[in-house]
Amino acid sequence: MNRTPSRRKFLMGLASGAGALALSGCDRLAQNAGVDAVLRHTEQLTLAGQRAILSQRALAREFTEADLSPVFRANGTQMPDSNEYARLLEGNFIDWRLQVDGLVQRPQSLSIGELKRFPSRTQITRHDCVEGWSAIGKWQGVPLAQILDAAGLKPGARYVLFHCADDLEKALDGSGRYYESIDLIDAYHPQTILAYGMNGKDLPVAHGAPLRLRVERQLGYKQAKYLMRIEVVDSFEMLFGGKGGFWEDRGYEWYAGI
Amino acid sequence: MTTPSSLHQTEPTRPAERRRFIRRHSKTVRATHWLNVLCLSFLLLSGLQIFNAHPRLYWGKYGADSDKAFIAIGVTQTEKASRGFLQVGSLHINTTGFLGVSKEDSSETERAFPSWLTIPSYHDLGAGRRWHFFFAWLLFLNGAVYLAHGLWRGHFRRDLLPNEGQLAPRHLWREVLDHARLRFARGEEARRYNALQKLSYLVVVFGLLPLMVLTGLTMSPGLNAAFHFLPDLFGGRPSARTIHFITAFLLVSFVIVHVVMVLASGLWNNLRSMVTGQYAITDEGSDK
Repeated sequence: MNRTPSRRKFLMGLASGAGALALSGCDRLAQNAGVDAVLRHTEQLTLAGQRAILSQRALAREFTEADLSPVFRANGTQMPDSNEYARLLEGNFIDWRLQVDGLVQRPQSLSIGELKRFPSRTQITRHDCVEGWSAIGKWQGVPLAQILDAAGLKPGARYVLFHCADDLEKALDGSGRYYESIDLIDAYHPQTILAYGMNGKDLPVAHGAPLRLRVERQLGYKQAKYLMRIEVVDSFEMLFGGKGGFWEDRGYEWYAGI
Repeated sequence: MTTPSSLHQTEPTRPAERRRFIRRHSKTVRATHWLNVLCLSFLLLSGLQIFNAHPRLYWGKYGADSDKAFIAIGVTQTEKASRGFLQVGSLHINTTGFLGVSKEDSSETERAFPSWLTIPSYHDLGAGRRWHFFFAWLLFLNGAVYLAHGLWRGHFRRDLLPNEGQLAPRHLWREVLDHARLRFARGEEARRYNALQKLSYLVVVFGLLPLMVLTGLTMSPGLNAAFHFLPDLFGGRPSARTIHFITAFLLVSFVIVHVVMVLASGLWNNLRSMVTGQYAITDEGSDK
């Protein structure tokens, strides 16, 4: 009974010591390569789990005009900072072409007018940012599947790479260039479109004019803007940081279904 | 049957102490309990890191900067300094030093939750997400084992379901008074959980934790496509995120009360029983 105060003091000391240790320890753990490698395996589990649950064609929820966000937040690059983009924008993207190459039978070079001649799809969907905010917008564009079919995939094709016009990070060697990649399951999903229209108008510059990707079952950073070139590849390891995307090279998961 | 409080009306009779040990917690309950402690600790701290990336919570199907936030942590710039604030509905509280603006590496930093409450301590959303999802999976698997065991071995029915007598209003009121006075059951009565304990454990096990998992899954655009009912259930992804946050707050509140009760009703005995399973009971006729 009379031992209680000292015991309590001892315990309090122990607890606060453990707390301090835990706090500094957490950062050391977070920076430990081995620990990080284990944590990164979670992504494989999530991908396998979601792919097992999601039928390949399960559609993202589509909304009505009444659900549209009054203001759709523009994120990432809002105006690409290059002379080439400025020239294209000035010409109202008349000179812009989407290159489709890589592991394809018939490489393509498509103008906006040509893209608009493909059957289009319009969808009102929710855009979920990795940070936690959501906005609902209406997108019009050509299903990526049609473009890939027009080009014809070669054997060995596994991923579709999206090369963008914007540098999200200033770097002299070009390593700040935005890019993204998805696999063929998402590439051929009916809601995966190359959007040239937003909320009933041409895609605004802040949202990726003249063309952006919509992959509706994944987070916002997969929705690459300012598309210039689509490259079909068997692996994305040789490009930039090798993780398949600008944000992936900086620590986000390649599979952004969560 | 004597009620626990009546035992305290007798004067202490020392040293007629009769202590005996009972087996309180099964191996599975003990293992899943401590794994749960680990998971919830990491989930909370990494969750606050994720929250910091966009410290605003909304109700509805969409929610971003120009939409009205129900809860927000932010910064207002005055001429002299930046002031952190917490906004809940129409309530606006100055929280400089803790929320909105706090010290990181001894310099004032604009961040929603302070560095000592996030994993990692510095801003790194990608790392926060990796920790969060790793422990979310572990929590899910741990919870599945715990639930399967509890149903299979009758733990829920035997130990957590209050019996009729315990649910009588008079009895419940007595327990509330006993708790307020920090009087705890002794003797035979200490063999089982009291009604308030049972009810709070049931709320956590079958209410808060499943709600946490479901609202978490609702934030996944992939799972939204697989299960359209998920966002509908909570009124949209932003609503689910808000409920996720509020539920986390309720879980933290539960843990605080839980730990206080563990301390007040005998730290070593409770800890021993959750580690080795052995719980000491002091029989009637003795006190202290």
